[in-house]
Amino acid sequence: MYTQSFNVPDGGAKTVALAPSNEDPALQAAFDTRIDADGRIEPQDWMPDAYRKTLVRQISQHAHSEIVGMLPEGNWISRAPSLKRKAILIAKVQDEGGHGLYLYSAAETLGTSRDQMLEGLHSGRAKYSSIFNYPTLTWADVGVIGWLVDGAAIMNQVPLCRCSYGPYARAMVRVCKEESFHQRQGYEALLVMMTGTEEQKAMVQDAVNRWWWKCLAMFGPPDADSPNSAQGMRWGIKRVSNDELRQKFVDATVPQAKVLGVTLPDPDLKWNEERQHHDYGQIDWNEFWETVNGNGPCNKERLATRVKAHNEGQWVRDAALAYAQKQKARSIKEAA
Amino acid sequence: MTTALKEWPLWEIFVRSKQGLEHKHCGSLHAADAAQALDMARDVYTRRQEGVSIWVVESKSITASNPDEKGELFDPAADKIYRHPTFYEIPEEVGHM
Repeated sequence: MYTQSFNVPDGGAKTVALAPSNEDPALQAAFDTRIDADGRIEPQDWMPDAYRKTLVRQISQHAHSEIVGMLPEGNWISRAPSLKRKAILIAKVQDEGGHGLYLYSAAETLGTSRDQMLEGLHSGRAKYSSIFNYPTLTWADVGVIGWLVDGAAIMNQVPLCRCSYGPYARAMVRVCKEESFHQRQGYEALLVMMTGTEEQKAMVQDAVNRWWWKCLAMFGPPDADSPNSAQGMRWGIKRVSNDELRQKFVDATVPQAKVLGVTLPDPDLKWNEERQHHDYGQIDWNEFWETVNGNGPCNKERLATRVKAHNEGQWVRDAALAYAQKQKARSIKEAA
Repeated sequence: MTTALKEWPLWEIFVRSKQGLEHKHCGSLHAADAAQALDMARDVYTRRQEGVSIWVVESKSITASNPDEKGELFDPAADKIYRHPTFYEIPEEVGHM
């Protein structure tokens, strides 16, 4: 399960101004009171338009990320090194599809339709997690995605279980329950490779080197450059800041890397006794934004694969609906 | 050339986690008809033996109370504390009752 902890504006601009509130003051006040009391908002409740729009964008981006996230790993199903690894990978990819469906359903409770959301994804207007715009070159990449990419996603997603919007929070509870299998299977696959040949060990290290910085970027820009974060925090949609989550991830991962026997590709990575946290180096944000804005190594391929699958499935969706309508017409006729 | 039909209808899914417990709402999904909704619910909501029985109901068939009328609907129960066992003081020597 995957999400960028921040909310990228669909379209390409880097920032969105906080929406001025021109809502009914009484309704707005009741909403604010509920949010301040850490209450939950449900679909039929009144909510400010900007809150609704932010949630639709965030939840649909999250759903798209799950669906597109099936592709880099799906590539490896037919090439998994054993039947056991193949069964595990199929289960994981199926989970990602399921997570996408939970999230699309949660977004639909806000008044958007599945078709609208898919149209946003397929036209390239809607964003998804940029981590999937990088290629999975070797089998070790599949392990590293489980360990680091899913690991980073879990850091993001656990606080979302307490999100102020009920359907999103409930979907995240379900997702988080299923997620820890994803991280553990990846880490374990890497542990096995690390007991193998020199070539296999090198393959793991190479995959870690390629994915590490991209995983750190998954948490989104530094807090100082995240103008939307404050509003998200105010609304109880976001609970923990980008930098705080990133720090937690680094601190959790360093000892895991040690047990695995790999190094993390950052010369500035070291324990800071005073802060009681690890310091780490500079993230290349230019590369990150380039990828978010469509110029990563696999952006075009991922989207094209998704659109092709959707279009080629159209006749199945049409046939199922036509069959259902025919069955319904027949039962009405029989009853008459 | 096929013309795209509209979206599959939305269904609400209820799962009984084990024999003896009630069916509980767990989410929704799109399906062409009830039979397909059941099949899909199995794959989407019970991949890890989360259920022993599934109900599917087309979302549009559900009538819900209006959240704006929450006060009128539920507040009258708030001052009827005599409906709760803790309202009554029973001498301690009676023990559990």
